[in-house]
Amino acid sequence: MSMLIETASWLADGRNWSGHEGIPARLGEHLVLSGASVGIAAALALPLGTALGHAGRGGTLAINISNVGRAVPTFAVLVLLAIGPFGIGDTTTIAALTLFALAPLVTNSYVGVREIDGDAREAARGMGMSGWQILRGVELPLAAPMIIIGLRLAAVQVVGTATIAALIGGGGLGRFVVDGLARHDDPQIVGGAVLVAALALAVDGVLLGAQRLLAPRGGPTGRSPVGT
Amino acid sequence: MALLADGCLERNAWICGDYVSSRSDEIMAALREHVSLTVSAVGYGTLIAVPLVLAARRRPVLAAWISGATSALYTVPSLAFFAILLPFTGLSRTSVLIGLIAYTLVILFRGFHTGLGSVPPEVRAAAVGMGYGPTRLLVTVELPLALPSVMAALRVATVSTIALTTVGATIGHGGLGDLIYDGLGSTFKAEVLTASVLCVLLAVTADLLFVAAQWLLTPWRHGTRGSPGARRTPGPPGAPGG
Repeated sequence: MSMLIETASWLADGRNWSGHEGIPARLGEHLVLSGASVGIAAALALPLGTALGHAGRGGTLAINISNVGRAVPTFAVLVLLAIGPFGIGDTTTIAALTLFALAPLVTNSYVGVREIDGDAREAARGMGMSGWQILRGVELPLAAPMIIIGLRLAAVQVVGTATIAALIGGGGLGRFVVDGLARHDDPQIVGGAVLVAALALAVDGVLLGAQRLLAPRGGPTGRSPVGT
Repeated sequence: MALLADGCLERNAWICGDYVSSRSDEIMAALREHVSLTVSAVGYGTLIAVPLVLAARRRPVLAAWISGATSALYTVPSLAFFAILLPFTGLSRTSVLIGLIAYTLVILFRGFHTGLGSVPPEVRAAAVGMGYGPTRLLVTVELPLALPSVMAALRVATVSTIALTTVGATIGHGGLGDLIYDGLGSTFKAEVLTASVLCVLLAVTADLLFVAAQWLLTPWRHGTRGSPGARRTPGPPGAPGG
């Protein structure tokens, strides 16, 4: 019980909410690290995943990327990059988190495009649409719900994992946890952990909203009508 | 070996046979802890997930609740999870284990529940018509049919647990992660690379063992489509990874 009270008072303490090491500043760093990583990963993975899905090839590749991605500990990648080529800094964190985010993005965009009803694709081809037009007009809109789910998954996991940036001296909300561990300051550790969890839940909520907006009638594998 | 051993420790080389041979006890101990944490986490996770799934199948309302609760647990970052448990269980193996079990729950619950849910109703009706009781129905009909989904969940849970265990190093119980963390402090390249590679090899080995086990357990699926060991899509694409 006292732990809860001490954590609450740490969170309520005005001194923790100001300055460049305060909660708002760390929150900002956390969002920048996560946003940059998911952004770069999406820019690489979404074209790759949708192209593989459109071509109907490389399925094994897309699924294996996901399996391998799960097997590689992000913590190990972070440390390898930190003592290796990139050194300690934000670049290292963003590179490690980008690698981490690639798997769900590639897999979901591939599966999203691949699982579209073959009839829809056939109909579009029968109407004389080119491959590019089918991709833009039929496949992408139908795959959108699945792609958004992948984006949501990647974003939530990256926000959570970005905590370990602090282990190599980076910023973000993980700082509170790591500094707290070093100083045996339990309220700060738990306070930091609560903040990260809350942020992850908030990001999940916002993206869930986006998902519902984009796929009002589609289920998880979204069969919403094609927009005109 | 003699070529590899020419002062690679002094040069702080990435690949160093000297490191592996001189510190093999330490490496093996870390590997053993890693395996033991993973097996315990997936084992306890299964023990908890099975009754949850059975309960959820009786009351569909429960399924939504359990699914929501386990997903919420999953949003807590691993480092934060281990840290939150500190005041209660201290810098112990238990803290890491509880965190890892919590993460396996969402994957195992969904996989088991989806698997049992995908058994065709007419198959179930036929077995009931033949006089099968609920337990016999579950063990001899539903479980074998749900096996691919169950095994997929176990694979994903195991592989992501192996990756997540490394973060336990922050509180001193991360198996191979301890070596990675130690190597970070001393910028000892061979230690970090060796431990990282062993982690991935461990995950790949575990994954292959599951593929082999599934192949042995589902003889009726052999040779119907694709190669015998053909990899299936690991669970629903929306299932969280590590």
